[in-house]
Amino acid sequence: MDAIILQVLNGLDKGSAYALIALGLTLIFGTLGVVNFAHGALFMLGAFCAVTLNVILNTSYETIDPDRTDFLGNPLKVETPYIFDWFGPEVGGAMIEWSVPLAILFAIPIMVVIGLSMERGLIKYFYHRPHADQILVTFGLAIVLQEIVKYFYGANPIPTPAPAGLVGSFDFGVLLGFEPGSIIYPNWRLIYFVFAAVIIGALFAFLRFTTFGMVVRAGMADRETVGLLGINIDKRFTIMFAIAACVAGLAGVMYTPINSPNYHMGMDFLVLSFVVVVVGGMGSLAGAVAAGFLLGVLESFASMAQVVDLFPGINQIIIYLVAIIILLTRPRGLMGRKGVMED
Amino acid sequence: MLGLNSKDQKLFLVVIVVTLLAPFILNPFPENSELAQFNAGYPDLMQRFAIFGIFAIGFNILFGLTGYLSFGHAAFLGVGSYAGVWMLKLLSMNVVPAIIMSVIFAGLFSLLVGFVSLRRSGIYFSILTLAFAQMSFALAYSVLTPITNGETGLQLALDDPRILGVSQIDGSIPPTNFFGLEMRDGFELALGPWVFTLNFGYYLCAVFVLGAFYLSMRIFNSPFGMMLRAIKTNQTRLPYTGMNPKPYTLAAFVISGMYAGLAGGLMVAMDPLAGAERMQWTASGEVVLMTILGGAGTLLGPLLGAGVIKYFENIFSKINDTILYEWFSFMPDGLQDVFVFLIHPFIGKGWHLTLGIMFMLVVIFLPGGVVEGGQRFMRLFKRGDKGSKSSGDAARSASPAE
Amino acid sequence: MGILEISGVNKRFGGLKALDDVNLDIAAGTVHAIIGPNGAGKSTLLNCLVGRLEPDSGSVSFNGHSLLGVKAHQINQFGVSRVFQTPEIFGDLTLLENVMIPAFTKRDGAFKLNAWPSVDGESEVRDQALFYLEEVNLAGKAQVRADEMSRGDKRRLELAMCLIQDPKLLLLDEPTAGMSRADTNDTIDLLKKIGEEFNITKVIIEHDMHVVFSLAKKVSVMAQGTVIVEGAPNEIKGDERVQEAYLGGAHL
Repeated sequence: MDAIILQVLNGLDKGSAYALIALGLTLIFGTLGVVNFAHGALFMLGAFCAVTLNVILNTSYETIDPDRTDFLGNPLKVETPYIFDWFGPEVGGAMIEWSVPLAILFAIPIMVVIGLSMERGLIKYFYHRPHADQILVTFGLAIVLQEIVKYFYGANPIPTPAPAGLVGSFDFGVLLGFEPGSIIYPNWRLIYFVFAAVIIGALFAFLRFTTFGMVVRAGMADRETVGLLGINIDKRFTIMFAIAACVAGLAGVMYTPINSPNYHMGMDFLVLSFVVVVVGGMGSLAGAVAAGFLLGVLESFASMAQVVDLFPGINQIIIYLVAIIILLTRPRGLMGRKGVMED
Repeated sequence: MLGLNSKDQKLFLVVIVVTLLAPFILNPFPENSELAQFNAGYPDLMQRFAIFGIFAIGFNILFGLTGYLSFGHAAFLGVGSYAGVWMLKLLSMNVVPAIIMSVIFAGLFSLLVGFVSLRRSGIYFSILTLAFAQMSFALAYSVLTPITNGETGLQLALDDPRILGVSQIDGSIPPTNFFGLEMRDGFELALGPWVFTLNFGYYLCAVFVLGAFYLSMRIFNSPFGMMLRAIKTNQTRLPYTGMNPKPYTLAAFVISGMYAGLAGGLMVAMDPLAGAERMQWTASGEVVLMTILGGAGTLLGPLLGAGVIKYFENIFSKINDTILYEWFSFMPDGLQDVFVFLIHPFIGKGWHLTLGIMFMLVVIFLPGGVVEGGQRFMRLFKRGDKGSKSSGDAARSASPAE
Repeated sequence: MGILEISGVNKRFGGLKALDDVNLDIAAGTVHAIIGPNGAGKSTLLNCLVGRLEPDSGSVSFNGHSLLGVKAHQINQFGVSRVFQTPEIFGDLTLLENVMIPAFTKRDGAFKLNAWPSVDGESEVRDQALFYLEEVNLAGKAQVRADEMSRGDKRRLELAMCLIQDPKLLLLDEPTAGMSRADTNDTIDLLKKIGEEFNITKVIIEHDMHVVFSLAKKVSVMAQGTVIVEGAPNEIKGDERVQEAYLGGAHL
């Protein structure tokens, strides 16, 4: 029992990332009718927002401390981050320490701007082009974005730790009445899951309870009719694109302590997220979230030693295998709407 | 002649001449000149032109004609490579059985993948092929290590059985050959300051690429090809004209899979090793890029696209800042720095950035690829000669009668 | 014994009974119109004939073959061709190619890996295609891309694509839908001409009474998923039940 709970928990953080990316993908698909292969790159850009903020906060100037010497007896050079001067060493130090959560604030405007300019500058010209063209141009864009990041940050993963106070683990064993230490779960992964749940909840609430969201959902169901009502649906869809970009970006920001970001992380997640969207059902928001968590947990179960002993390599292919089976038996995915992309 | 119309005959003739004279055409600059770095006439690169040309020609038979966008074709190339290396290990260093087995295995594998994937169309088909390819990649990397040698990649060894050949000659692995003619053999031809390398391996590839091109011309011009184009343009009508689209698309899928296998087989014939990264989806993306860049649905496009991408990959990634400084040495110092700084991100390791940008520009402005670009360019010169057909003429080179 | 026999066909969509015990007998060589108000089940019936839908119960047999559970392309191979309400053609191909494709499937069956011979060498099929394009007055446009044509021309092209298969039964789903009066009259003339030249059994599903009375020898009127009246056009005209179904009592 405790082993099962542990696997479920292990699957949740990856599942959260899948769900957040897939949610944006399916939202863009449902609203704009565009298959966005650059969505993984947005996730990656979010992660690098966190890296960038970390670099900015750590930008230092060099002084010589006359009182101290290094081991050769020369005066010691000390690096002082600029923010120490501006906010004092305590606040400044805390800011560096908490750079990842702070990066959320930093990333939101950046991701919105990136999302808006992407949609206005490129995607909108592809509304009426075939899906193959959309795939191809966004695929090209993804390559460009990741190469730009590689140019500035290099090819190696950049460790971006979580705040020290949140680094420890949480013992679910005690909480759930099992042996202490039987279910140990890193705090940050828990935070990631809660964060993802909050974002997903907020997005659903936004779509369900605001007029804006209502119009968007109506537009997803029947774009033409909503257009005929004199509502400028395109403008709202543009904003939805920015929101989707933002969600992917934030998913990336928060993911940095779990996996050190590198320039191709977006592509890795993109393929899986697409599979998630297809499994959940193209254009279905709830489907994307459900499938994201489902596949994340499934992947985690497949990685258990007992399972891998039984079916070697199953952990590597389980997601694809499930996707193939679901696509063949339920062509519209778990919760797909009728008539979406069936041509 | 050859069952081709006169326009296609001319095209084929040009392709034959260019392919056979490639070692000369691609080496236009004297050996010691500064421009020699732009030469592409060395065996390794020319072999890659031919091999990726075959890959793209095959991909085009599926994507260009039927419109089914597969994102998993590299898997077939990978399977072909593994099969080829195994033949070299087990049977002999003669490349013929290796190439034959590559094609057969890739064909069988594509039959399996195609049979399942083609039950869906559109984006679902793309995702299914992608899923299969990623699965093959993951398996080759992990569980199938006894067959694929995992991360290291499958290589020849001194103790390979090679039933019809020898395991080793003088303590080293024998070279791949075609009935005794070694792939690495060839001779250098020095004409004044020019040096040309005529390599046997390249010419073997050249024969295959010409055969592959000729076969694709036949397919484009055949009733089968016409059916495939019909699939691309209207799926609703098809069954009501008495046609069963499934076997047609499956046939196209398997044919293109076999082309990929041939490419994989030639790859190991030239350089006998195979790795899992050949099957990754980025590798599948590359062949899509080649086909689109050259012009999907046209005869020549994929070949051009493969050539352009492989050439620029090679040249761009070789250029470095030192070379840039030499080029701009005529400029004043400050300006020189600025230019080098501006160009730097696009060269050397930044080649993929250039590729991505190039690719986006083509998809945005020139959906018909280089071939369409060429046609537009030609039309500028031949004004007043406007045909009734507006775009994608080459795609319709199959239309009977002129 | 008709060429097409439909007996006791039922089809439900959820709670809606789209077809309710439909019986129809279509005699070889006639032009049989099926008319009825919107929602009468005409399109559902047609879809049951061509393999797009399968009836819940009942039987459909064509020329001795049962059509139940048979795929669309096989039904076509039995000799049933159809035109769509909105012309379905191969937009990227030339008119000539559009007409050659059904000729090939007629000759080669549902699938043939005919990848080596050139289309140019198929002069017989091409001449045949040109002949049928001539029949529908499109011979001059043989090399034009199908997408570039007017709707009326697309309808003619679609007819040529059906005729070249020399079908035993031709199904026409509202062949004049969305056409101007002039185009409608042209289409009627064309269908009449075709009727004189080729002896093809036709089933026309139609809204427009003008078309029905110009072409049909026999008319079946459907309402609420079932056939309510059957007879010659003149008999139908005065039938009260028909007026009831169409206009709720008002006069035609």
